[in-house]
Amino acid sequence: DQVLHIVPETSQQVQHLQHLCSTLLLDLWKPLLPEDIWAGKDLHIRIPAPLVQEVKDSLDQHMISYKVLIPDVQELVDQSMLRQRSSQRQVPEGYVYTQYHPMEEIYQWMTQIQKSNSELVTQHYLGKTTENQTIYYLQISQPSDKTKKIIWMDCGIHAREWISPAFCQWFVKEILQNYKSDPKISRFLQNLDLYVLPVFNIDGYIYSWEKDRFWRKNRSPYMNGTCYGTDLNRNFNSSWGSIGVSYNCSSEIFCGSGPESEPETRAVAQFIESKKSDILCYLTIHSYGQYILTPYGSTTAPPSNSEELMHVAEKAAAALMGKYGTSYEVGSTSLILYNNSGSSRDWAHMIGIPFSYTFELRDKGTHGFVLPPEQIQPTCEETM
Amino acid sequence: DIDGVGRKYHLELVLEDVLGKDSTVNCTAEVLYHLGNKNIAPDVQFTLEGELKNTEEADNIFYNRIKSLEKELVAENIPDSRGNVSPDMEPFHLLAWVASGYVIWQNSTENTKFQLAQIKRVKQVKRSDEYLEFDYTILLHEMVSQEIIPWQMTVLWHPQRGVQVTQDSRQPKHAPE
Repeated sequence: DQVLHIVPETSQQVQHLQHLCSTLLLDLWKPLLPEDIWAGKDLHIRIPAPLVQEVKDSLDQHMISYKVLIPDVQELVDQSMLRQRSSQRQVPEGYVYTQYHPMEEIYQWMTQIQKSNSELVTQHYLGKTTENQTIYYLQISQPSDKTKKIIWMDCGIHAREWISPAFCQWFVKEILQNYKSDPKISRFLQNLDLYVLPVFNIDGYIYSWEKDRFWRKNRSPYMNGTCYGTDLNRNFNSSWGSIGVSYNCSSEIFCGSGPESEPETRAVAQFIESKKSDILCYLTIHSYGQYILTPYGSTTAPPSNSEELMHVAEKAAAALMGKYGTSYEVGSTSLILYNNSGSSRDWAHMIGIPFSYTFELRDKGTHGFVLPPEQIQPTCEETM
Repeated sequence: DIDGVGRKYHLELVLEDVLGKDSTVNCTAEVLYHLGNKNIAPDVQFTLEGELKNTEEADNIFYNRIKSLEKELVAENIPDSRGNVSPDMEPFHLLAWVASGYVIWQNSTENTKFQLAQIKRVKQVKRSDEYLEFDYTILLHEMVSQEIIPWQMTVLWHPQRGVQVTQDSRQPKHAPE
């Protein structure tokens, strides 16, 4: 978007400008109303990016001269937001969990959360992304002499599913705010450690903020940089490349050049592999669809502990529904959704983690990936 | 399964009004997916048990508002990245939903699941008759392939005469970066 500065010279020019403003619904910064546009008076208008050329052509055609006052409105907005937020950085109580946050703010949040909750929270290095961003997870662990079992949860494996990282952040906040007062949570933490990865696919997430809201995959280059991105949830070593994937980089379900070909996949897989004997439950959070999915996606053959898996999932869905009436479907991916191979959830179960689930959060397609911020709170509350 | 013809599904569903969740209508439907040629839309027969809500007043208000605009309306990214839709854009959103339903029907098979993801751009096209015409570029999300597919559709609407999609075409995805 650009802001133009124009000083109309004749009443004909004034008329044309008024015409343009009302036709294209342009955003008048000065004056506020088209009827206040006068010859000889300063005019500032904001033009949405796709209309910039059209408007400039029209101005040229009518011999109306203009200057570009602001060449990139978004840039200015971002700079000012950064300045505003950095002053709030010290106060985690100032962090707004009912809004979507860009990656930079999530990094800051992780640092803050650890600082203000150092008796419980530690931030750990997992690895690096394709574009060299650092992947961190948070460990929530009550000091104790016994070794505890682990629950792992990752969010944001698919970039466009913004409600997912929002949930991870909410989850951490809820645990930390309530572990002393809520008997369920404090008992939980006596026996279990929580490991939370707020954003798995950092490069993709950033890309969905800056360039393409509907980006899904990571950002690794293929075919000499003419094609980008592997679907990280098809890249794990669980029947990799067998079904429900594409071998073509241009597809959204491209499984990569081989199992664990992507640095992000390797970073997480190596860590989970090293801790697998202590991990009780693997959770991976996606959107949308409102499902609790059990293994497998690559085959309809049920996993060994299928009954128990389903029982727990059904209890979870019932509890979820009890909050706001939101209904979640429960079942194995291959039976209720579609076939896929190389998913992180299947892989976790295959290496021996007994409880492995994919959560597909709200909604059922009405808003899909662009879930409005007003739904962050109810979604997170019911999922909690 | 119907030999030599295709596969028929019998459905019992409940329709829920997006604008008023307590307003529901029962519906039974039969959907026939044709064998072989996947370029034919599935046959759909349905019966509604009850009536759909009357929206005449709101329709007329919207119609008159657009008719009285001096020049053609243009808007984009509905909803925006964060999922917000401003109140004055809501009717265009609803219209796109209805119209995209037609496009989705025409392009569905037993292996697709489409949803409207976003309106990239909507531009009003001036007409000399009583109809309102809009040129939409929408993004459809296909669940199985996970693809986001841009689609152009020309939509005609009149409060008493309903919605028509007079033209639609799948668009090429933009070259990456």
